[in-house]
Amino acid sequence: MSLLEVENLALGYEGRTVAEGISFKVESGDYLCVVGENGSGKSTLIKTLLGLNSPISGSIKRGNGLGKRGIGYLPQQTVHQRDFPASVKEIVMSGFAGAVGFRPFFSAAQKSAAFDNMQKLGIENIAGRCYRELSGGQQQRVLLARALCAADKMLLLDEPVSGLDPNAAEEMYSVIERLNKDGMTIIMISHDIAAALRYATHILSLGEEIFFGTAGQYREKMLEAAER
Amino acid sequence: MTELFSKISLYFSYPFVRYAMIAGVLIALCSSLLGVTLVLRRFSFIGDGLSHVAFGAVAVATVTGITNQMLIVLPITVVSAVLLLRTGGRAKVRGDAAMAMLSVGAMAAGYLIMNVFSASANVSGDVCSTLFGSSLILTLSGSDVTLCIILSAVVTAVFLLFYNKIFAVTFDEDFARSAGVRAGAYNTLTAVITAVVIVLAMKLVGSLLISALVVFPALSAMCLFKSFKPVIIFSAALSVICAAAGIIISVIISTPVGATVAVTDMAAFGICRLISAVKGR
Repeated sequence: MSLLEVENLALGYEGRTVAEGISFKVESGDYLCVVGENGSGKSTLIKTLLGLNSPISGSIKRGNGLGKRGIGYLPQQTVHQRDFPASVKEIVMSGFAGAVGFRPFFSAAQKSAAFDNMQKLGIENIAGRCYRELSGGQQQRVLLARALCAADKMLLLDEPVSGLDPNAAEEMYSVIERLNKDGMTIIMISHDIAAALRYATHILSLGEEIFFGTAGQYREKMLEAAER
Repeated sequence: MTELFSKISLYFSYPFVRYAMIAGVLIALCSSLLGVTLVLRRFSFIGDGLSHVAFGAVAVATVTGITNQMLIVLPITVVSAVLLLRTGGRAKVRGDAAMAMLSVGAMAAGYLIMNVFSASANVSGDVCSTLFGSSLILTLSGSDVTLCIILSAVVTAVFLLFYNKIFAVTFDEDFARSAGVRAGAYNTLTAVITAVVIVLAMKLVGSLLISALVVFPALSAMCLFKSFKPVIIFSAALSVICAAAGIIISVIISTPVGATVAVTDMAAFGICRLISAVKGR
């Protein structure tokens, strides 16, 4: 069975439907890019997949041992995080906040896993620094390390390069590519179709017409549309 | 100097001064612990709003002549806190507007009720002491202090046990939810504790000055420290010191307790701000 199987899903909030008829499958090791205009329901889709929003209709099935906590989420940054007093380490460790259950403190294994994740993203040398004083690219890496702490199989990334300068964005893409090569399944929202086609194995395009297929199929469809 | 100390020790030989000290310090500790999360989540004014609600509830309790006012004040305030904090950003009426409506509404209704129905001869005196806490803290009984000790022990224990989750939810509620933290439950828990602390703090500083206990220690700590744990620890320590100093000063120079504690907190904030400005150069 696939890691994630979504069938005929309708999305929305407060009773208002923003997108419907969404069906797709995610296999282990896939890199799925979700593209579409603003307001086409990309962020709502992510929130629904995470269980933060309930679907209006349709089904979301998780398989292959992907539990409720197996997904790591990289949300878009919120305004109030900009002046939040927190160290890099505190934020990365908070990825385990759900996994500790009713125990009050993190275990030694979780602490060393957090350190490993910081190493993977090259931020172990700034573990003691204050989050709000970091560059945009560094902040995204911190949040990605936190997502890794919460994930064992899948990452959901909500526009991970928005607001980054081109160099930092390029670095972010290569970090994500490396995580994918190491076996992490990726679902990423993106505005950047060129980058989506370069890195993703599959594309889900939301909007008036919903498309799901491999990156190659999506490229052909784009070319056909351009010729017409 | 020795004269000063003998004066202080004379005052502290009275049980009501000792009670005031114990209760004041404990309330300051609790409100500063909560203050950090409330300020960071943009709920700085919740203390003010809830204390006005509590003021309205006190008015109702006074008029009904119930002996233990807590039985009315606490439930009303807790319910309001849960409603205000739970809705977060999703409510039809935005958070700040809802808070303004509720607090001014409760204030007006409370004053009206007190004026129309009160049997007391000194209505403005009653109102003034509820608003500014003037001498209420010096009228605490032994059982009030016991209640204070129990509640602050509970607040501190909750804070220590759930510290990591409180951090996760405060920093990023959506992520915390996705990682399996029951954020809704923690929001409700914070709301209930906030209401309890506010009702307790009303005795110390009165309903108009409560925000001072909630925001100043947190903001002072945020001037000086850049990670969460030091901010929490420093704000708790500073709040306790300011409350103790404020109470001692007010006893010595006979100023109103609540206002003196609030001004001490403000002065401490000024000093912290100055230090951070000098360090920033």
